[in-house]
Amino acid sequence: MAGTHTHALFVHGDSELHRLPASTKLGALGLFVLAVVLTPREAVWAFGVHAGLALLGVWIAGLKPMFVARRLLLEIPFVLFALFLPCIGGGEQIEVIGLSLSVDGLWSGWNIVVKGTLGLAASIVLTATTTVPDILSGLDRLRVPRLITSIAGFMVRYLDVIAGEMHRMRMAMLSRGYSPRWIWQLKAYTASAGALFIRSYERGERVYFAMTARGFTGHMPSFGDEQVRPADWVRAVSVPAVAWVAAGWALAVA
Amino acid sequence: MHIPDGFINGMTSLGAGVVAASSLAAGLRRAGKVLQDRQIPLAGLVAAFIFVLQMLNFPVIGGMSGHLIGGALAAVLVGPWIGLVVMTVVVTVQALLFADGGLSALGLNVINMGVLTVIIGWLAFRLVMTLLPKNATSILAAGAFGAWLSVVVSSLAFVGEYSIGGGGGAPLSTVLAAMAGTHALIGIGEGLITAGVLGAVLAVRPDLVYGAQVFGLRHTEVAALNRRAVGLFVAGGIAVAVLLVTLVAPLASDDPDGLERVAIDLGFSEEAEDHSLGDSPLADYEADGVEGEGLGTVVAGLIGLGATFAVGAVLMLGARRRRVRVDR
Amino acid sequence: MSIPALEVVSLSYHYPDGTEVLREAGFHIHPGERVALLGPNGAGKTTLVFHLNGIFRPETGSVQVAGLPVEDENLMEIRRRVGIVFQDPDDQLFMPTVRQDVAFGPANYGVEGDELRTRVSDALSAVGMLHVADRPPHHLSLGQRRRVAVATVLAMRPEIVVLDEPSSNLDPASRRELADILTALDITMLMVTHDLPYALELCPRALVMNDGSIIADGPTREVLSNRELMKANRLELPLGFDPNFDR
Ligand SMILES: Nc1ncnc2c1ncn2[C@@H]1O[C@H](COP(=O)(O)OP(=O)(O)O)[C@@H](O)[C@H]1O
Ligand SMILES: [Mg+2]
Repeated sequence: MAGTHTHALFVHGDSELHRLPASTKLGALGLFVLAVVLTPREAVWAFGVHAGLALLGVWIAGLKPMFVARRLLLEIPFVLFALFLPCIGGGEQIEVIGLSLSVDGLWSGWNIVVKGTLGLAASIVLTATTTVPDILSGLDRLRVPRLITSIAGFMVRYLDVIAGEMHRMRMAMLSRGYSPRWIWQLKAYTASAGALFIRSYERGERVYFAMTARGFTGHMPSFGDEQVRPADWVRAVSVPAVAWVAAGWALAVA
Repeated sequence: MHIPDGFINGMTSLGAGVVAASSLAAGLRRAGKVLQDRQIPLAGLVAAFIFVLQMLNFPVIGGMSGHLIGGALAAVLVGPWIGLVVMTVVVTVQALLFADGGLSALGLNVINMGVLTVIIGWLAFRLVMTLLPKNATSILAAGAFGAWLSVVVSSLAFVGEYSIGGGGGAPLSTVLAAMAGTHALIGIGEGLITAGVLGAVLAVRPDLVYGAQVFGLRHTEVAALNRRAVGLFVAGGIAVAVLLVTLVAPLASDDPDGLERVAIDLGFSEEAEDHSLGDSPLADYEADGVEGEGLGTVVAGLIGLGATFAVGAVLMLGARRRRVRVDR
Repeated sequence: MSIPALEVVSLSYHYPDGTEVLREAGFHIHPGERVALLGPNGAGKTTLVFHLNGIFRPETGSVQVAGLPVEDENLMEIRRRVGIVFQDPDDQLFMPTVRQDVAFGPANYGVEGDELRTRVSDALSAVGMLHVADRPPHHLSLGQRRRVAVATVLAMRPEIVVLDEPSSNLDPASRRELADILTALDITMLMVTHDLPYALELCPRALVMNDGSIIADGPTREVLSNRELMKANRLELPLGFDPNFDR
């Protein structure tokens, strides 16, 4: 099982960003994407500022541009939608290399692509510089209900285990020549999914036994004692602060 | 589909965040009554199970594939309240740990893929169950219907959000038609898988299926699964859904031209999502995606819903007469 | 004699589905002893283990840990005294990092701060796993996970450690390392296994369980040398292994 990490996004490193406490990074990410989303689409220069900040994050984190670019592919369905908006939009039209494009559609498409890309890039920087346990302890510190962080903790803990079980079942089916192409050949797929649920459920029970065996009485411990200094918050928030200034300016001008 | 940042405007996203947070709070409060200590790890395991199912692609037609959302399945398996909490956690973890779905759009994604699929799936399941005989066959049929409806309603919610806070550009009726039509078909896959998984679990551990427990089903009744009735129901449902999408939709829609169709199909169907698990054991199931016939309207969807249900109910009632019921 | 570290008296249990698993099982273990519990698959060993700290309750019979009966009002104390290492370390290691997992037990008993940190590092050092403290458990090999599972129990400073099939599925090197770690621990131990050479090496005394009852109890070497007993209970020594041959 080693090597089948379900947290493929984390990149080992020792950058300034890797060392910042997760709670401050989560806070900074939230503020940054909000600034991006609130920026009016016509304020192209403001997006230049945001993009500069995102690139700064990528650079400080020491991430390879190709790594980030590959992760950005996640957005493709929405980019495609954005690309077609100018073709189907109504209203004022402009002529570009023989195509009649809607001005409003162009702006909408631009809006979707630029905001989605910036938000995704910022999220990639967070997940690439923060381990899963640290994100959980950061959420804990940001006072997300313990029940939620606990369930999320169990979930990420057992993702690999369950994915591994599914993988083995699937390999077993493939090795016996089962490789369905049509939806009505799904019986074996749903049978293994059903078996997987039963295993997951039974494991949940055994995990509970293991917890009570070590004195669990219903109160989950916190996910760690993250040390946060005010200076960490200042450094983390300095990035979205610039974005907010740009967004605020753009809003005031608009 | 995980909405990225900026696809829906800031105010709508924030509003959705508030709605999602309060429904989660309600879910937690209600779940709190049933979510005893022992169910904390259980909920986590079920969340991991749903996540893994979502990563796994199943075949649709000749090489194309889709994947499950799983909200209705979770609702029937572990009950609506724990299901709600579980699905919320799944969507949140996808956003925070895998950068899948924008952080500012988290509320929207939680509503569409978590809250609505669970609630609609469960309500539809319950409604159908109250009308049908209380047996395993009905559980499967009701689960399939709930799953199908949950996908359709989830897509309508997306259109609603787009109409409130989208950047405009695309004529709303076109978006609506494409989304409802596509998802009326995609939902068939969700329904079939949900019924299949429910059947597989019922056959071995009926005590683990919350939806079966609510209706007091025990081993004896589960053993009497009427495969023919389920098959008839499913076949009838699919036939009606497909028929309506292809026949009724063009009359009611704006008749979008080819380019629009492509744009919307490409942009909006479930595919091309790679849950960023490049190194995971599932990476080799590449996502090639569901590409449905992108035509249809809400009208079609709603009529389809009613008709599917009617056909199914008739088939089920017919099936009941020929079966000896085991006493509870 | 001293009060037994663990005393099990005519324990019976059946699962809700009717499967009868334990039938009047009884034995006792004295402080400082290392005892192997041998038996074929399905003999009821794991079910018995779950009775030792009150996860399951007996229908008849009783369990006492150093004189303290396993009952509702004693549960917390019983669970501190009896540390169970589960068969599948993935069931036992459920927290996001190894460190948090080892801290889970003592934290439930109100241990915190420096004391908690000391406990965690002591326990991890005892199994040679301090260097993986901040890794998620699922990134470790099975052998490492087994050792960490032992540490989660050691951190609670138990009086008796119960291990459910500790050597199963381990490669020879990990099996060896675990044996060395377990021998180095100065603690009362009950080890469930059907790895007979392992039992002989680690435990001077052995119990044989079949069909829910304890049917033999004696020095491990003698038990393993009793061919009829071994055969009757589907316990098979590896080819060429002679329990009376001193290595
Ligand atoms: N949860 C359960 N419900 C019903 N029967 C069970 C359960 N767990 C175990 N059993 C049965 O109890 C018997 C003893 O199981 P177990 O204690 O795990 O044996 P061992 O650990 O010696 O292999 C087996 O026949 C097994 O099938
Ligand atoms: Mg066992």
